[in-house]
Amino acid sequence: MSTQKKKQSLWNNAFYREIFFQVLLVSAILLFFWFIAHNTLANLEKRGIATGFGFLSQASGFGIIQHLVPYDETYSFGWTFIVGLLNTVLVSCVGVVFATIIGFTVGVARLSNNWLIAKLATVYVETFRNIPLLLQIFFWYAVLRALPSPKLSWSLGDIIFLNIRGCYVPKPLFQEGFSWVIWSAVLAITVSVFLSRWAKKRQDETGQQFMILPVNSGLIIGLPVLVFLLTGRPLTWELPALQGFNFRGGMTVIPEFAALLMALSIYTGAFIAEAVRSGILAVNRGQTEAASSLGLHKSKILRLVTIPQAMRVVIPQLTSQYLNLTKNSSLATAIGYPDLVSVFSGTTLNQTGQAIEIVAMTMLVYLFISLTISFFMNWYNTKMMLVER
Amino acid sequence: MAVYAHSPHADLPPPKSTVGVVGWLKKNLFSTPVNSALTIVALTFLCWTIPRLIEWALINADWLGTTREDCSREGACWVFVAVRIKQFLFGFYPGSEYWRVVLSFSLVGFLVAWLLIEKTPRKGFVAFLTIFVYPVIAYILFYGGAFGLPVVETHRWGGLMLTLILATIGMFCALPIGIILALGRRSSMPIAKSVSIVFIEFWRGVPLITVLFMSSVMLPIFIPEEVNIDKLLRAIIGIIFFESAYMAEVVRGGLQAIPRGQYEAAEALGLSYWKTMLFIILPQALKLVIPGIVNTFNALFMDTTLVLIIGLFDFLAVMQSAFADPKWLGFSVEGYVFVALIYWIACFSMSRYSQYLERKLHTGH
Repeated sequence: MSTQKKKQSLWNNAFYREIFFQVLLVSAILLFFWFIAHNTLANLEKRGIATGFGFLSQASGFGIIQHLVPYDETYSFGWTFIVGLLNTVLVSCVGVVFATIIGFTVGVARLSNNWLIAKLATVYVETFRNIPLLLQIFFWYAVLRALPSPKLSWSLGDIIFLNIRGCYVPKPLFQEGFSWVIWSAVLAITVSVFLSRWAKKRQDETGQQFMILPVNSGLIIGLPVLVFLLTGRPLTWELPALQGFNFRGGMTVIPEFAALLMALSIYTGAFIAEAVRSGILAVNRGQTEAASSLGLHKSKILRLVTIPQAMRVVIPQLTSQYLNLTKNSSLATAIGYPDLVSVFSGTTLNQTGQAIEIVAMTMLVYLFISLTISFFMNWYNTKMMLVER
Repeated sequence: MAVYAHSPHADLPPPKSTVGVVGWLKKNLFSTPVNSALTIVALTFLCWTIPRLIEWALINADWLGTTREDCSREGACWVFVAVRIKQFLFGFYPGSEYWRVVLSFSLVGFLVAWLLIEKTPRKGFVAFLTIFVYPVIAYILFYGGAFGLPVVETHRWGGLMLTLILATIGMFCALPIGIILALGRRSSMPIAKSVSIVFIEFWRGVPLITVLFMSSVMLPIFIPEEVNIDKLLRAIIGIIFFESAYMAEVVRGGLQAIPRGQYEAAEALGLSYWKTMLFIILPQALKLVIPGIVNTFNALFMDTTLVLIIGLFDFLAVMQSAFADPKWLGFSVEGYVFVALIYWIACFSMSRYSQYLERKLHTGH
């Protein structure tokens, strides 16, 4: 036995071999990074490019067409990062909402027993997911650029205006006392959460149902409205109006934002529709049959049996689509919507030349967003998972 | 007692409202009031859009001519596309050398068709040609500089040709890297495993644009000054890294689907790790993921449009630059529709092909 052991060389021992290969791998990686670092330092020195994050506090000197936080040329490069990031977050969040609405509608429509509707939904899905997103963004942007000039704007009752520079809508101005309305809404939501918990507990224990939906919706809508009226309607609207060649006042939805939003929602909506369809098809037919033999109403079968089980299949796919939408929002740079990549990796990089710091920061943001969303969705997924015996 | 021969009545015909055209309409379009309303809305929408679309794109369109003045009718002006078709296909590649591109693509088309069509002989030899010999031929044909072919610099490549080059090279290089990464991710060696996971998750977590920015801006800083990598190669390197991470996840799906018994049987036969993988696991796993690979290729084919942001002239970018021609202003809709149609035909047929493969390869274990 011992002689056999001696005969086996180290090379043929699985344990030592694994160690050998991993040492080889680690040294290769270290060598690779050393090579890169060495070249980078040499190149930066030769080209006279500054290093470090000092540039973040210098004044930027360029304007950004859409900023959710105060910004002008005198703000720092670091602030352009924030402005770009917020614009990315804005278009992603709104895009996710619209894509979800479109996706669920079309996904359900594809399974409709109405032949025409099902076919139309199929055509929608097959058209939009087989055309590159960038092309769709360009297309919608071209459509919006073909709108009339400000003087010839299309208007809706002189409140909303649509022209080549964007869509102008009234801006809410919150007067003193509006905070009471917000607090009352928070209160209403808190109370309704407790109310639904109590109702669920009571139903579990006694079987008695409580009309939770009308009561809660009445509470959440009614209480703030009541407070709003009692505090003397502390809200006025600033209407957009044509002054000279352009509109003043109100809020503007710039065409870049609208084009990007339309393209992202329509494109991602097609993928979400497929996810929803596969989710609904994955629910076993026996489940709905069993539910209807128990005497459940059609709408209750959908709400209590089909949707919860379909969601288990849909949610992982939905997660990856939301992530894709967020990452795809970086295509904004092609039409000049000031998102993170466009502002920070584009203009700021050109002004400062500090490619490494800027590209690294941008990539880290996307990595962080990706990992956060997938972490959150994993948590939700575990919560929704089938509890098996 | 009389014996009655019992003969059943002939079946009554089904009610008229449930068969034929009327029955179909009633069942599929007007089953409930809501459905009827939906049908009417959809029909109105179709009646409003489709005739206008056909009128614009076909009936009232201008097809022939060479200048803007030839587009006198209300509909689409396809003259714009027809005049520049060579540029859309070949970019700024010199006109006298077009045959090289055509020959190269015909060659790869022939080789791939040979591999895909069933019952063709000597598939192994053809696969060897495709993987090892063809790239050399293609490089010489595209770039030139050998056998008396004049050199065509990569900045003159463009149009659909560049799109196809980016997608194919990206794909063929990403697949082997992806396989190695997928094996690494399932490896028992902790360091190899974590290196693969970090690599895959990093590239999957960032958008392709930032990868392209990185490869076009940072790559020149990372390598010694003497080495000069041109813009196209930089983009390709970025695409390969990005794509290999996605490919790795596709292959991993296949590896996970192989039952444990296959590994154990290989081990029992005394096969080494690489022999197990090469002869037992990978052939089965790759067969399972062929549809996934086709889908990934499809996504990559659409994603190559992003290279226009770093200044390469792919199919879409050539079209975009054509809009800026002062002689042909205002034909962007025609241009976009043409590009969209080409992409759509390619991507739709690929996705259908992958669905067909999925059905065909679904043999079970």
